[in-house]
Amino acid sequence: MTALRFDPIRLPPECEELRKQVRAFLAEEIAAGTFNPFQPLREDADAREFSRRVGERGWIGMTWPKQYGGHERSFLERYVVTEEMRVANAPVRRFFVADRQSGPILLRYAPEHIKMDILPRICRGELCFAIGMSEPNSGSDLFAAKTRATKTEGGWLINGSKIWTTSAHMADYMIAIFRTSPSTKENRRHGLTQFLVNMKSPGIKVNPIGQITGQKEFNEVVFTDAFVPDDHQLGEIDGAWKQATSELAYERSGPERFLETYYVLTELVRAVGPDPDTRSAEGIGRLVAQLHAMRRMSVSVAGMLQAGKEPVVEASIVKDVGTVWEQQLPHRVRDLAAFVEQDAGNRETLENQLTFAIRTAPKLTIQGGTTEVLRGIIARGLGLR
Amino acid sequence: MAEAENIVVATAERIFADLADPQTINHDKDGRWSAPLWQALSDAGLPLAWVSDALGGAGADVADGFAIINAAGRFALPVPLAETLLAGWLLQQAGIAAPEGPMTIAPASPRDRIALNADGTLSGRARGVPFATGAGHIAVLAQDDDGLSIALVDAARLRIDKGLSLANDPSDTVTFEKVTPHAISRAPAGFDKDSLMLMGGVVRSLQIAGALDQLLEISVRYAGERVAFEKPIGKFQAVQHNLARLAGECAAAGAAATSAADAIARGGAFDDAIFLEAASAKIRSAEAAEKGAAIAHQVHGAIGFTTEHILHRFSLRALAWRDDFGSESHWAVALGQRVAARGADELWPLVASR
Repeated sequence: MTALRFDPIRLPPECEELRKQVRAFLAEEIAAGTFNPFQPLREDADAREFSRRVGERGWIGMTWPKQYGGHERSFLERYVVTEEMRVANAPVRRFFVADRQSGPILLRYAPEHIKMDILPRICRGELCFAIGMSEPNSGSDLFAAKTRATKTEGGWLINGSKIWTTSAHMADYMIAIFRTSPSTKENRRHGLTQFLVNMKSPGIKVNPIGQITGQKEFNEVVFTDAFVPDDHQLGEIDGAWKQATSELAYERSGPERFLETYYVLTELVRAVGPDPDTRSAEGIGRLVAQLHAMRRMSVSVAGMLQAGKEPVVEASIVKDVGTVWEQQLPHRVRDLAAFVEQDAGNRETLENQLTFAIRTAPKLTIQGGTTEVLRGIIARGLGLR
Repeated sequence: MAEAENIVVATAERIFADLADPQTINHDKDGRWSAPLWQALSDAGLPLAWVSDALGGAGADVADGFAIINAAGRFALPVPLAETLLAGWLLQQAGIAAPEGPMTIAPASPRDRIALNADGTLSGRARGVPFATGAGHIAVLAQDDDGLSIALVDAARLRIDKGLSLANDPSDTVTFEKVTPHAISRAPAGFDKDSLMLMGGVVRSLQIAGALDQLLEISVRYAGERVAFEKPIGKFQAVQHNLARLAGECAAAGAAATSAADAIARGGAFDDAIFLEAASAKIRSAEAAEKGAAIAHQVHGAIGFTTEHILHRFSLRALAWRDDFGSESHWAVALGQRVAARGADELWPLVASR
């Protein structure tokens, strides 16, 4: 067993300058009415223009090469932008998936002309991506996927369906895995290939699915002879399983993995006022300590990514501990708010937020790799599997 | 924490490995291991690493001292190395020369107070003072109306009522009855009564983090060896997931403790940012000790509940160290009050400043 190390990485001075710029930008957007930071449940209708303005600032594709529209800045700078957007409840959904996951996959596996076409548009905040992983009969068991890509003249025909696909209804592209061969006895992960899919192409139907939060973020996506050209194949035929692991560290360790319900903590502090009773003070103190420890772990992983490492186990730990924390947070805040003055000025805001956060909580330990999957990965890292 | 990245830490780890093997200590009922261990540590200058050359110490970096303490936690070291380091650090703040031999610190709890009397003597009671039994001297933080003073007191002049910690290490009540200190000086500007407790809390957090690393390692090893239902118990998903949770607690305690140590080692005043770092380290590592020790014992089953097995050396110390220099409850209240006083919109800027 190799010891876990979370070195005390500090954000360099350029990050603090950037943080000021991001805060000023978000304050302007809030003042202009683009979004309400106290209202996490919202429609995305206005986010298209917001995405373009974020792109104009150079805050999408920050770490990517300049030749593709990127800005060649550090993972730590990207970290600052991500956490400030998240804490402000900014409507990032339209561009965030492409920024975090899809862009890096394209950078690594797409042919040059595709990279030159798509990556700059992502950086400008013009494109929305979805991820096609889960299917009706394969969720955490990714390698049980059945939706087929069948070879045809000049490309592939896709048949089957993906499900729980966040943002598919507004996505321009999806990066998905499809079955190109059966799995083998020796390797049940064999036979899946990663593709870039233009969501505007014929044969793709997106059906919205209502969620218990009241949102309709995720969808069923049905493919009927949908055509994907040869140059949209990403990486090795039948070899998607080799490509899946390295991106996990990006996906799993960011500030979005423990800040999704953060807003209720801010409002609790506002509700208890400057001189809280002992119970409230202790509860807030513990939550802040836990938050600080989480963030220090997460920044440490960002430092490892910046150093060119692939901290898959450490990233899985951050997501496991972080998502369990953000899932419990609204319930702890509810406990601590039980004796808040009935006439506290922000009582209604806090109650509305708690309703939404408590409805959101169950998904946090499911999306992007369940707690069970993460603990399996950690156990493998410990040498138990 | 950095493992053996420099000569000081490498030396400490070698001495611990040679002379503080937990298995050997656990079976030596007569304590024969103790004197050679302390002698080797002293010969290497480790107990006074945080005291400058001019004041009789080794003058090591603050970061090195923290790394030694973290390593001591990994060995559940049952000698007052951390306490002597901390006493030396306190004396150094006031420019008082450090004596040879084991030392400890009073008070060791934010609830106790030692008074500096008008005649220059000290009065008061400090509870739960680690290793007062066996200490030659005690470094004291004393208060009068004019502020804080730091004093060095000969332990023979004090009434020491013996007690034991959860892990059976000395945890004594020390009574000062108009005691004349060996040396005394005003605490420097910016040094307040929280400073010692925060520093002590970070020391304990690093020890807890070290002990948790060891709890994880021996639990993973045991899960690979122990066969039940015809396979190693580490092959059962329930056990794997418990160990993954233990790894998460280790990570959180380690990240919080090393971050706080790094913040202090970089220097500067004990401001709100250091307060957040140090208080969070103590709170989070103490919470991790509770969860982590429970999992390590669950994995070991009955054998881990015996005095014969070394598990308790780590689990009980991790739990015992929660109590010193302010419990997690104490620091949570203090941190919560500070956060509330700053106001809701100043919480994120504080967290993000680290």
